[in-house]
Amino acid sequence: MATSTLEKPGQIHDIVCMPKRVVVPETAETMAGKQREISVSEFFLKNRHLLGFDSPRKALLTAVKEAVDNALDACEEGGILPEISVDVQQTGDSRFRVSVTDNGPGIVRAQIPKIFAKLLYGSKFHRLRMSRGQQGIGISAAGMYGQLTTGTSTRIISRVKKSRKAHLIEVQIDTRRNTPTILKDEEVDWTPQFTPVSPEGKPLKQVIAKSGTCVEIEMEAAYIRGRLSVDEYVKQCAVVNPHLQLHYRIALTRAAAKEEEGVRGKAKGKEEEKGKEQEEKPAEARWFTFSRAVTRLPESPAEIKPHPHGVELGMLMQMLKDTGARTLRSALAQDFSRVSARTAGEICERAGLNPKASPSRIAHQESEALFKAINETKLMRPPTDCLSPIGEAQILAGLKKEIEGDFFTAVTRAPSVYRGNPFQVEAGLAFAKPGENKDVMAEEPIRIMRFANRVPLLYMGGGCAMTKAVMNVNWKSYGLGQPKGSLPLGPMVLMIHMASVWVPFTSESKEAVAHYPEIIREMTYCLQECGRQLSVYLSRRYRQAELERKRNYMVLYIPHLALGLKEVLDLSNKEEANIIRQLRKMLEHTHLEP
Amino acid sequence: MAAKKKARSEKAGKKPAGGATAKAAGPDAVSRGEASKRIVGVSRDVYTDIVKKRRKPSMRFPIRALSNVRYDVKQGHFEIKGKLATRTLTYNTVKTFAQSMRLLATTKKDLLDKNDIAGKREIYYNSKSWGECRFDEQPESDTLLDDIEAMLGVNREQLGYIPEERGGEVAGPLVVIDRNPGTGQLVKIDCSRLGTGAWSIPSRVEHLQFEFRHAKFILVIETASLFQRLVHHQYYDKAGCILVSMSGVPTRACRRFIRRLADDQGIPVLVFTDGDPYGYCNIYRTLKVGSGQSAHINRYFCVPQAHYLGVTPQDITDYDLEDATHPLEQADIKRAQDALKNDPFILHHKEWQDALNQMLKMGVRIEQQAFAKHGLNYVLDKYLPDKLKKKQFLP
Repeated sequence: MATSTLEKPGQIHDIVCMPKRVVVPETAETMAGKQREISVSEFFLKNRHLLGFDSPRKALLTAVKEAVDNALDACEEGGILPEISVDVQQTGDSRFRVSVTDNGPGIVRAQIPKIFAKLLYGSKFHRLRMSRGQQGIGISAAGMYGQLTTGTSTRIISRVKKSRKAHLIEVQIDTRRNTPTILKDEEVDWTPQFTPVSPEGKPLKQVIAKSGTCVEIEMEAAYIRGRLSVDEYVKQCAVVNPHLQLHYRIALTRAAAKEEEGVRGKAKGKEEEKGKEQEEKPAEARWFTFSRAVTRLPESPAEIKPHPHGVELGMLMQMLKDTGARTLRSALAQDFSRVSARTAGEICERAGLNPKASPSRIAHQESEALFKAINETKLMRPPTDCLSPIGEAQILAGLKKEIEGDFFTAVTRAPSVYRGNPFQVEAGLAFAKPGENKDVMAEEPIRIMRFANRVPLLYMGGGCAMTKAVMNVNWKSYGLGQPKGSLPLGPMVLMIHMASVWVPFTSESKEAVAHYPEIIREMTYCLQECGRQLSVYLSRRYRQAELERKRNYMVLYIPHLALGLKEVLDLSNKEEANIIRQLRKMLEHTHLEP
Repeated sequence: MAAKKKARSEKAGKKPAGGATAKAAGPDAVSRGEASKRIVGVSRDVYTDIVKKRRKPSMRFPIRALSNVRYDVKQGHFEIKGKLATRTLTYNTVKTFAQSMRLLATTKKDLLDKNDIAGKREIYYNSKSWGECRFDEQPESDTLLDDIEAMLGVNREQLGYIPEERGGEVAGPLVVIDRNPGTGQLVKIDCSRLGTGAWSIPSRVEHLQFEFRHAKFILVIETASLFQRLVHHQYYDKAGCILVSMSGVPTRACRRFIRRLADDQGIPVLVFTDGDPYGYCNIYRTLKVGSGQSAHINRYFCVPQAHYLGVTPQDITDYDLEDATHPLEQADIKRAQDALKNDPFILHHKEWQDALNQMLKMGVRIEQQAFAKHGLNYVLDKYLPDKLKKKQFLP
């Protein structure tokens, strides 16, 4: 009776009964009736904030970000210089269509549905290799979000090299079962095409690629300019990937463009060119090209096996279960890096286990002993050649091409290790003369660009290890103002990049790096090195400013001295001018020349 | 008021101080034309340095401090020693240098050439039209004016600058002959017939003449209140003296007036101040021999014939005033010790060293009014006659 009341709340007599309702305790059996499997897709549908889809504004950014990350990874793995276009079009009041095209190797037909419409499906999760994507959630989640908010499907066109036709596939995700549902699957004539635009807006020679992929998702979203916008993401992408040629367009509806213009007017004029352009011709928004600064691909990072010190007990047990090796010793030596047969034997001995035991039969208690033994054994640090840092020259190239500044510097640290994971930190900074770069103000906190494996991180700056590291550094000793416990002030853009086979994000939406002391320490050292170079520049500039100030001061009073003499001695204007000339020469000679 | 002063000064300028120049070579001895010439000379040097010699110009000033004066016993005043400060044009001095040049130009063009006068504060405001070269605070222009005065070796009154401070007051058997600033008519002022008031010493005293009235001496008093008591009871009749009140450190005009009066009448000058290091070393010493600050003009502004009447430290015991004293403050002690160490005048007179040491030992100071302990008029009934009878004055 009671259960039926709960199940059918619509009935009239139930409403009458409601006040008197008695909650009958559930039994194991009734509870069992409600217990069922939750699919990952359902879980993420309900917890979409974990993936970065919590607000419409952020959703737009996340979708672009996931698509571009994948495109870049694909291009680099395929050894192709990436050429990517990002096209965002507003289709309704709060609806946008995101379309990202790359010139990557393309995707074979059979894989397309799973890649784009199955969560936790991907090539990157099971390996330890530095890449932008990690879990195989991003793009499918974006598609799922689009499907949820607009009912549309994800549209993919992909062309593999040497194939005659491209495949066009439209998929949706079956959220219950976390499997793709194919709605359309046909062959089309399509090749990725890109039209670079000169900084003045003139179209340049078209680029046609032999292979590539285009993914299109329509979703509920919002577009607001600023630090957390797609604009910023795209720009930072260009900074951190100087080998990337990126084409970007955002087309708002006429109404939205106008409104945006109004808001922008109040919130100071940023990115004016774009705004103006859009007000005039909202339907045909202008393309922007972030052109390529270097033509060499970053070195392809190598894949490594996990280092024993970075593995947790549960994962160790899983690995022992899954190993193809026959004995415990060979399992340790084969599946982990920096473990030789001898070291493996040493570990077994320390754990009191038979090295010849079958790895899959190591029991829970024994694996705990093994885990302890591993951590007590001294091992070589993991190999670090698996990392592909951006490099100082490339960082400089990226900063110089996108940020107006007077001084640039970059530092790449040697690789280091946290919890058995190799990582590497780099930083670069661009310092503008006060007033020369409208984006950075002298009295305001500096701007930080955070990157993890070449992916810009825009949200959650406050909770990120990188921000923490910047605040840890005493910038006052390098010539910048810094209120206690906060970011330094100055017309400066500071970029920090962390490259690692496994970047420890604080959440699945990959917005902030976790506070590992080893990581913060490396970052601090790196920033201090940048700071030292900055201070050399700043003190030189300070000296110049000081000389300038002195010159101005003297120039201010010399004419008065001459005027006094002229009045007393009844000199001519010519003689007066001569006095001024001579005095300037003399004073500048003594005070302004080193 | 300003118009009056101006007119008077113009007159004085045209007919440079007849009576004064006759007796002692007063500061007006340097004519306006000569002052103007000196300004041109200094400027010419600067100009030559810059344009002809191609070197940084400099100005040289006598250092105006106690360290650069010598007590000339024969002349009876502080004489400036030769030490000079050189202000060479550099980054640090460029502003002051420019201000000096403009001040010199203004002095020559607006004051000397036009035979005009200006107060220190007026010249400070006048600089406000100089743009960035202006003086921000009056002390800046005052200092520079003192520098220029010393550099040119000219009294600033001769440059057309009039002091703004009050000069002191006079009462007693004396007739001062002044001129009506408008008409030039002689005006006789009988200082014994001013009732309860007194005659104010003007800022310029060179043109004044005196009529002999048989005064025996001049009594110079520090505080105005004691001066009034003496005037009220017509002490000048009883003692046959001219009373002058200084109200603190005497102004240049006051010093010059006393000097001229004493020279003119040939009578002694007695000084009566509070019994403290300030009264001895600042007020009395400045009146008698001049100061370090105005070292370059002391020869005009000093009264070598002055002697010190009281209140001396010995008087405290002699007149049973121990319980009417105040303990010496830190500043007093420092001033006394400073004088004992650095003041050429004190260093020359053993009596003064003894007096200061006695005071330091007693650890107290005394005011002129302290005699009221024994009755309000004790000071004129007992103390002054007593001291005058004994004739024990400090040098």
